[in-house]
Parts: sequence; C-alpha cells; structure tokens
Amino acid sequence: MQEYLPFEITERPNPSGFVIITVSLLALLSAFLVASFVFWAYGTNPITAYTALFDGAFGGVYELSETIRRAIPLLLAGVGLVIAFKAQFWNIGAEGQLLLGTIAATWVALFSPVPEPLMVPAMFFFGFLAGSLWALVPAVLKSKLGINDVITTLMMNYIAINLVLFLVQGPWKGEHQWGFPYSDNFPAAAQLGTLGTTNVHWLTLVIGLVAAGLIYVLINRTTPGYEIRVLGSNPSAGRFAGMSYVKTSIMVMFISGGMAGMAGVGEIAGIHHMLRNPSELSLGYGYTAIIVAWLARKNPLAVILTAFFFGAIFAGGDALKVSLGLPFQITDVFNGLILFFLIGSEILMNYKFEWRRSP
Amino acid sequence: MNEKTTPLIKFDSVVKRFPGVVANDEVSFEVEEGTIHSLLGENGAGKTTLMKILYGLYRQNSGSIYLRGEKTEIDSPTKAIELGIGMVHQHFKLVSNHTVIENIALGLSDVSVTRPTQQIERKLIELAGKYGLEVDPRAKIWQLSAGEKQRVEILRALYRGAEILILDEPTSVLTPGETERLFGVLEEMVTGGKNVIFITHKLDEVMKISDRVTVLREGRVIDTLDTASTNKQELSKKMVGREVLFDLERNPCDRGENVLEVEGITGYNDKGVVAVDDLSFSVCEGEILGVAGVAGNGQRELAEVLTGLREATSGRVLINGKDLTNASPREIAEERVAHVPEDRIKQGIVGKLTLSDNAILKNYRKKPFSRGMFINYRKVKEWTKDLIEEFNVKVPGADTPANLLSGGNIQKLILGREVSSDPRLIIASHPTYGLDVGAAEQIRNLLLKQRDNGVAVLLISENLTEVTSLSDRIAVIFEGNLMGLVERNETTRDEIGMMMAGTRFEQLER
Repeated sequence: MQEYLPFEITERPNPSGFVIITVSLLALLSAFLVASFVFWAYGTNPITAYTALFDGAFGGVYELSETIRRAIPLLLAGVGLVIAFKAQFWNIGAEGQLLLGTIAATWVALFSPVPEPLMVPAMFFFGFLAGSLWALVPAVLKSKLGINDVITTLMMNYIAINLVLFLVQGPWKGEHQWGFPYSDNFPAAAQLGTLGTTNVHWLTLVIGLVAAGLIYVLINRTTPGYEIRVLGSNPSAGRFAGMSYVKTSIMVMFISGGMAGMAGVGEIAGIHHMLRNPSELSLGYGYTAIIVAWLARKNPLAVILTAFFFGAIFAGGDALKVSLGLPFQITDVFNGLILFFLIGSEILMNYKFEWRRSP
Repeated sequence: MNEKTTPLIKFDSVVKRFPGVVANDEVSFEVEEGTIHSLLGENGAGKTTLMKILYGLYRQNSGSIYLRGEKTEIDSPTKAIELGIGMVHQHFKLVSNHTVIENIALGLSDVSVTRPTQQIERKLIELAGKYGLEVDPRAKIWQLSAGEKQRVEILRALYRGAEILILDEPTSVLTPGETERLFGVLEEMVTGGKNVIFITHKLDEVMKISDRVTVLREGRVIDTLDTASTNKQELSKKMVGREVLFDLERNPCDRGENVLEVEGITGYNDKGVVAVDDLSFSVCEGEILGVAGVAGNGQRELAEVLTGLREATSGRVLINGKDLTNASPREIAEERVAHVPEDRIKQGIVGKLTLSDNAILKNYRKKPFSRGMFINYRKVKEWTKDLIEEFNVKVPGADTPANLLSGGNIQKLILGREVSSDPRLIIASHPTYGLDVGAAEQIRNLLLKQRDNGVAVLLISENLTEVTSLSDRIAVIFEGNLMGLVERNETTRDEIGMMMAGTRFEQLER
C-alpha cells in the first residue's frame, strides 16, 4: 500500500507572474464549475445561466454601464484594501468604512453650511475622513494593544450599519419621504453627474483610477511604501531597522478606510441621493472588495481589472434574477465560491507539486 | 567477508536540480559499513540536499542509490525509515509543548492502545542507557537544552530502528562540552553496529570523529578520502578550492576615544528574568571588544539593549558621549551604529523583497537613495550592484529575492550594508555562525579592516576561536555578569574557559 503522496511538494518562494495568473484563472474556473452545479440544482441549464450572466454584464451599452457602475465602489474600496493587506493588516471593515462615507456625505449635503459649489469636493473630503477615522479605531487597537484586527474591523461594520439605521429612523429621517426611513433628498449641487442616461458617476470612477495609480506608486516607489512592504513581510526586520509598526498601521488604515469612505460618497451622491437602509446603499461592496483585492494579488493596478470583473458578476447576477427568476443571493454564492477557491489556490502558488516518477 | 566489499550505500551519478541551480551534479561515492562518514563542504555545496534525497524528502532528477548493493527507490521518509535510515535535521522537528515520549510516539504505528507511554518509556530508557543518550522521558521539549533536544531526535531515529543515522550539522547548536558528549555517543553507536553520516563544514570535527570523508563543492564530489591519510590543510583546500589562512593577519591595536560606554546596565529576558546584570565596559575607536560566553548567558539581551530593541531597567548607555539609554533603534542607528543581528533571516533581511530593497533597509531615508518621499531605484540598484561586487555576494542580480541566497551570502550582504553606512560602532552578534570557512574568513577580515579604519567593534560570539583571534580585549560573561575583562595577549584559552564556566577573573589561579 502506498503510504505517501504520489507527488513531491517543494516550496516556491517567489512565484512568477505566469504562475500567479494561471493559478488565479484556475481558481476562477473551478468556482464557475461548482456554481454550475448550483444552477443545475435549481433546474437551470448552466450554459443558459452563464449566457444570461454574460449578456447581463456585457450584452449592450446599458449592461456594460451597469457593470462599470458596480465596479466603481469595488475599485475604490479594493484599492484601499490592497494597501492594508500589503501591510498584513486584515481590514474586513470596508463595508462599515463605506457606510461612514455615506453618513459624512449626507451631513455635507443636508446639514452643513458648505456653499453649493464646494459641496462635491467637501463630500469626498469628509467622506474620506469619516472612513479613515472609523478605520483608525482598529488600527490603534491592534498596534497599541495587539487586539485582533479581523475581529475589530468586522465588528465595526455592525456598529456602522446600526448607526445608519439609527440616523434614517431618528434624527435624520426625512420630512418629505412619506414616513419612509430615508433622509431627505440631496440638493442638486450634491448629486454627481452621470454619463448620459447611465448610472455611471464618472467623477468617482476617475478618482478610483487615479487612486489606483497613486497607491501603486506609493507602495513601490516611496519610503512609506517601502516601510509597508518591509513591515508587511517581516515585522521584526522592520523593527530592527527602526521602523514604527504603529505609525505604518495607522497610515495604511487611514488610507484604506478613506478609500472605502469615498466609495460610499460615490454611491450615495451618484446613485441614491439620500441616506437609506444600509443594505440598499451597499450590496456588500465592502466585503466583495476583499475578494477584489485578493484576486488582484495585492497589486493596486490589477484591482482595476478585478473590480471590473466583480462588477460584471453583480450586473450579471441582477440579470439572472430578472430573466431566469433565480434568487438574488446567487451573486453571493458566486462571490463566496470565488473567494473560497482563491484562498484555496494559494498553496498551488506557493508550493510546487511534482509527480513522483513511478517506482 | 563478502560484506566488506559491498558498500553500505552507493551514490551513482545522483543529480538534483532546483530552479536555477544544480544542487547535486553527478554525485558518486560510497559509504562503507560500520563507519562514521563525514560529508564536508561549504554552505550551498549540496550536502543537505543529497541527504534529503537519501531520506526520501527530495527525489533525484537522475542517478541511483544502492543500499547494500541493491538499487533502491527511496520515495518517502516512510520508506527511508523502513530501510533503517534516520535523519536528525539541523533545525529540530519536535513539538515543544509535548513531552519527550509524546514526541517519540508521534508517527509510530505499532504502539499499544492501552498504556502507550509505559511501553515507549521502557524501550527509551533502554536505548538511552545503551548509547549514553540520557534525557528525562517525561520532560517537555521546551524545557530541554539544545543538546538534549538533539538527543531526543537521535533517540527517535533509533527507536524507529535506524541503522544508518544522518546528522545534519549536529554541532552547530551545541556547547563544546555537549559536542564532546555527542561524539562519544556516535562512537558508541558505531561500536554497536550502526552507521553514521555526519554533515559538517567544520574541519576539526571531520578530523576528530570520522573514518572517511567526502568533500563536496558546488554540488560536485571533489574527493573521498580516509581521514587518517589526510589533514586539515588538504581538506580545506579541497573544500574551498584555495588555501585558507587560519591565523588572521592583524595590525597592533591603535586605540582612540571611547565610542561605546556601558555603565551598570541591567535588562530582563523575555521570561522576565534578569539576563544582563549590572554590566559595565567600554569600547574605543580602533578596537574589537569580544564578548565570550556560553550561549544563553545574556549575550542576545545585551545586544538588544544596546541597539534599542530591549529596555534597560537601570544603568546608562553612552554612544559617542551621548546618553542613548533606551533610545529607539532609529535614534541609535543615527549615531552611526551598525548592527549585525544574531538571527540574520528574521532580523537582517526581508526574504520576499529583492536584494536592492534589502540593501537599503537601514538607509532608505537617506540621500541619494531617496529624495523627500520618493525612492530612486536607479541609484539603489547601482549601489546594490556595487555592494554585490565589493562584498563578493554570489547572486544572479540585484532583483533576486533575498530568500534565494545562502546563509553566507545573506551575511555578506548584511555586513556590506551595515559597513557601508560609515559606522563609528559595529555591534556584531555571531557574525559567522553557521557560515562555511571561506565566508567566515571574509567576514572576519571585514571586521578587522573596519577596526583598522578606526571603527569600534563589539563582537558577540560563542565561537571561542573567533573571539580570541579577532578581539583586542575579551569580556567574558556568565549568567549576565561580567566575569572578567582581559587583554587578548594577557590570557589563555583555559582562563577564558574557566570564566565562561562562572569563575571570576580575580578568583583565577594565575
């Protein structure tokens, strides 16, 4: 009897670009394969389903614009997460940081003395700040007291969700909304322009693309980025070289939370124009952004691609729901499967499996 | 008598390739029955790779292994154990929260379900007695010294019926006394009919313990000889490929002002026990002060206190006359203090980053490597290339990730980086630990050169030969206390040994 594995496992300390891309594509393929069983179990032919998904995401100008619209918050939040993950800070709290951005935008639009021409920049500024400050709580807790970042960032999401609910049902409940738990509508000066008749609020998209470039440069070409890479890869070498873990943690979370906050500003000022139930403001963009950053293998430029990809899944998922009558949770199933296979495939990236020659 | 002619193990043109390197290149030699066979070579010569093939951890790309004349496919450690091959790795593979017995039991299949520990304990004590491998079977691994852990590893291999025992650099973690003891055990084992393959890069050990020796260099077998018919000079020449000077040339010490002054510092170790106890000494320009002591007597804590990585609970540290007690690592580095850390992989480099990135670990905020916030990678790369060339780091290029380098090359990079920052003081912890003769010689000469240029050097090392050959003065510490501070030419090895064992200088009979 064979008591050992039929292959030999050796470490691959520095996987090449080819390996990373191949393994990532393999993971996606596996996720789609497993998802077809889900379709099949629902009595839907997987091929029909994937055709509908594809059409829903890329079938025409409207479909494509819906894909881009979904990709915008994923891009902003995803780029922010990349920088946190690069420093080994596991920010699971982009969802809450995004909601804080929507709160800040609402305050600027409805309750602040900001003059109308300055409203849009003020919304992005305060949205960034709100998301940052929200993210600083776990940053300080982790770097000063060693409290687990995954738990604190995740728990902060629920506080943010309930904060929004409290505001729309209480102090910020709109006077002209027929008793619905919405804030009042934003004034026109606080609404972002969209491309033609689509929902693509282009300013946020531009901010996202520029941020991806800037963060790429920050990580790879600057001294603070160098500290992020060193501390994220070998904290004790960083300490030995005199770097401050506290300072770097605070910096990455400031940027990470701020980016998610701006994603929230884009959603509320570009699409909804009012504060409302958190599950309507964000379709779990903050969580999906984790997968976006992961699939991009922590490269901010690759986030542009992966955000678009997940935008397509959101848009296509919408189409599945409408044209095939599948439950809307189908998008979550997709996202879950993809993350599952992505993380599972890490071992294929970091280790090499070679078949043993037959004895 | 037929057994005499059939070799125990025969390697026949064994080739093992890793991406970018040939670790073993047509390796052929024979190991005879009933011998201690040394495998000698510098770091990266392919010794460990070859033994991992023999133990079934790696698979050769081509070539064969014959065991007692029979061609054998060893495709897993399980198979190797079945064939009576055991291996003690350089880094122990023990579960530290478990007891000795539990570690032995790990992976055993024929243990009785009801009272497994008793059965193992009995056999363990018997084996231990037979070979002089005493260790408390019920002790937890973390409570044991390095030497004891090694005994557990050997016992585990013997328990599983090893006839051929492979030891990978077994003495690198041992004190001189423990090494003596290990050698006794090995001789006992050979007398008892076992075979030992001994991986090392230390010539003294080869001469002392082994019957035969195979020298490997850059993956190739250079020669296999009887130890009785060779000598250290010949072996080192074969190993390094050139003559090695055992006595370093040194200029007389030209002492200047004090650079480092330590006044009564005290510090605790990670377990909260006093590790550095009221130590006072100074190091001046153009001098190497060696700190000698048995491992674990406060050396690490001392280096950490001096470099700002550990808190001093009392006393003062003056560098260039400035009080830097409990200053941050960065503030201390700003005073032109270079540090060659004890654990080079963990503290000295960032494995996943490129050599360029590693080369600027200490000066990435300085011109010309960065201006304002931006790093100038063109300048960084040029500088890295100079560093690689000047310090003879063997590496494909500046973009190579540091974790692909061998220990000696990593150390050369670190020392090069630290020295290039034009230091006033170098704190070097175990700078040649685990390095081969050639690399160690280079590192030692580098330190001497720095001293000649007027740099103050604090050398912390467990290698007594290194301390005595490099240092101008020697401070001996024991349990965090200073036993004595002596001029190099006013003492003897024996006296230092006595102090290392806890005798104060004043109490020595001179």
